[in-house]
Amino acid sequence: MSCCAPGSEIALEVAASALPSSDEIKLASRPLGGDSHQTDLSVPAVHCGGCIQAIEAALAKLENVESARVNLSTKRVSVRWHGDQVPPLFATLGRLGYKAHLFDPEIHEKDKTLSELIRALAVAGFAAGNIMLLSVSVWSGAEGATRDLFHWISALIAIPALAFAGGIYFRSAANALRHGRMNMDVPIAVGVSLAYAMSLYETINQGEHAYFDASVSLLFFLLIGRTLDHVMREQARTAVNGLSRLAARGAVVLRDDGTREYVPVAELVPGMRLLIAAGERIPVDGDVISGNSDLDCSIVSGESAPKAVGAGAHVQAGTLNLTGPLTMQATAAAKDSFLAEMVRLMEAAEGGRSRYRRIADRVSSLYAPVVHLAAFVTFLGWMVASGDWHRAMTIAIAVLIITCPCALGLAVPIVQVVAARRLFEAGVMVKDGSAMERLAAIDTAVFDKTGTLTLGRPKLVNASAIDPAMLAIAADIAAHSRHPFSKAIAAHGGSADQPKLLSVREEPGFGIEALAGDDVWRLGRRGWAGWKARTGSEGKPGGYGGTVLSRNGSIVACFAFEDAARSDAKAAIQQLKGAGVSVDILSGDTERACSEVADALEIDNFVPALLPSGKVEWIEALTRADHKVLMVGDGLNDTPALRAAHVSIAPATAADIGRKAADFVFLRESLLAVPLAMEVSRRAGGLIRQNIAIAIVYNAFAVPIAILGHVTPLIAAIAMSASSLLVIGNALRLQGFATTTTAPSATGAGS
Amino acid sequence: MTTLVYLVPAALFLGALGLSGFLWALSSGQYEDLHGAAERILIDWDDKLER
Repeated sequence: MSCCAPGSEIALEVAASALPSSDEIKLASRPLGGDSHQTDLSVPAVHCGGCIQAIEAALAKLENVESARVNLSTKRVSVRWHGDQVPPLFATLGRLGYKAHLFDPEIHEKDKTLSELIRALAVAGFAAGNIMLLSVSVWSGAEGATRDLFHWISALIAIPALAFAGGIYFRSAANALRHGRMNMDVPIAVGVSLAYAMSLYETINQGEHAYFDASVSLLFFLLIGRTLDHVMREQARTAVNGLSRLAARGAVVLRDDGTREYVPVAELVPGMRLLIAAGERIPVDGDVISGNSDLDCSIVSGESAPKAVGAGAHVQAGTLNLTGPLTMQATAAAKDSFLAEMVRLMEAAEGGRSRYRRIADRVSSLYAPVVHLAAFVTFLGWMVASGDWHRAMTIAIAVLIITCPCALGLAVPIVQVVAARRLFEAGVMVKDGSAMERLAAIDTAVFDKTGTLTLGRPKLVNASAIDPAMLAIAADIAAHSRHPFSKAIAAHGGSADQPKLLSVREEPGFGIEALAGDDVWRLGRRGWAGWKARTGSEGKPGGYGGTVLSRNGSIVACFAFEDAARSDAKAAIQQLKGAGVSVDILSGDTERACSEVADALEIDNFVPALLPSGKVEWIEALTRADHKVLMVGDGLNDTPALRAAHVSIAPATAADIGRKAADFVFLRESLLAVPLAMEVSRRAGGLIRQNIAIAIVYNAFAVPIAILGHVTPLIAAIAMSASSLLVIGNALRLQGFATTTTAPSATGAGS
Repeated sequence: MTTLVYLVPAALFLGALGLSGFLWALSSGQYEDLHGAAERILIDWDDKLER
């Protein structure tokens, strides 16, 4: 993908979070021996040569940095540095305008499977090319000693190819047979090894026909499909891994002797006192000892409104501390925290998808026995008819070679590669091919509310009813806080003349106070800001609670908020309904909040106030009623449900384990990604069936010719290549099809 | 026939040379950032001596 190609701009609005501390960077970096470290950062906005130059030059100038290298394909920067002091990597990148995320060192393992596949592909390609060269000379009339020499050379070249490239198929086939299953690799392995064995026998006996080219070029073709498939999934995996981590890596522990120490999450034990700065995530469950703040619980419980907490309050791991610093006492280790409980529920919920058998496996469980039986019957038939066991054997093996599922082995992966590529360009990552097969079959879609149908970010709804001058002042004050309500108000900042703010102070859990001239302005909770006006304003919109702006204690403006719906949410729901899918909302939020969203988006069914296990039970009940359920959700509380559903989709802003559990992850804001993914999957499903039909029709013509004994190596080579090309050409049709859905538009940052 | 005795080994040797070249390039990490490599050729580093 070149510079600025679609898919390279990853629009992500990650919730307010502080830059990682240098302790955290150190924890996430890899020691390289001595005092050098390597830190890997994901920088999604890198997209051209200019970015490479700017980033590498700026980072290399920093003190202690040994080298910085940008990888444009994976959009990562790896920095080698030495010394105890962590270089200001994030600040430097931020100044250049790039948002960076820390990477987990364990994710950075080199992809062994890919290099094994490419190496096998190279060896198979070399062998196939050279053997084909020699075979063409034989087909053009090389005879006698020359032919035998060519056969012997071919046999020699084929050995490394079979050992290296064929090993992948032999292992997979052996594995399937050991578990009593059948997959496409079984007939491939049988066909390839029998073809080689027979050709070797022919060569030793100076026979005329050898199938070395067939066995090796078959492996080559199939490896191309397998490698492309792997590359595509790897690309999706890298893109998903590059998203920012939404769980804490560690926390500052306050020791009894007053010292502070940064400790990884895994080493936190109950009883430790932790300091949580504003903008950090709570690492483990615990109780607040001192401090006031607001917590964003949306990713944990699905509640959209922030929760005010003070001393004594219980806090859950994964929630985001918004406004003030907190001191808390851990009550559970990380492995017993809320997060770990979700992982346990998730593992227990596993079911629906592990029972799913891929189309290719289902076809091959029928195909392989039929083919092997046909070859066996052919052998018996020729034995009876001619009594020549050598001839009968040769023809039976020719049947195996001609039916070797070259086209069938390519039919499924090629379509899925093309489909995954299309979705990748639209910002949808596909974790594996079977996910598309499962998505094509769904009849029910279940959505989480907060963070999925809505953005989990409040929006000011009564801006037009507020005096513009007051709104401007409020926006000015609000710009000093990272509370979601403040951010929503700050977005309405105008250019009106307003009194200059002298001092601004945030009172965590209550609001913001600002001095301007002689006036004291307060923006925050009604009871705190409007201390003089406890009567008289009760009848106004906003009621007793709500957020107000006050001047010297009298309320001058009330603000009403609503969780902003994701762009195109309504259109996406309509398209799903139009495609015959029924849509439900399962939410952990209150009934009132759910019904508002359900009304706005015209969704008939919603279930409010569900616990994580409740969501799983709901989905399991639907599954028992023979529905194929798609789950779309983002929160920690959705994760078990994502796993329980037949297939699942998560937005890029989802919790870490949610993204890991989901089959699809969409990177852009628009919810149209969901119907698009479904439509592409259904189209792909159709093409897969066509391709399988093509492969079967090919066999219907080729098998009788083979059974009658008319197949020569030349005919086998032509037939196999032709059927493979036909299948690939059919798959490529998916690339060009125009969707009835408009592709989700890229929003904002990155490009 | 006599020409084949040295032509075929020569052809195979050249092919094997290409194959081993590819495998070496693969293991030395030259395929890890194809897009980056394409862009890097356009970058004009001023501080070449420092690097």
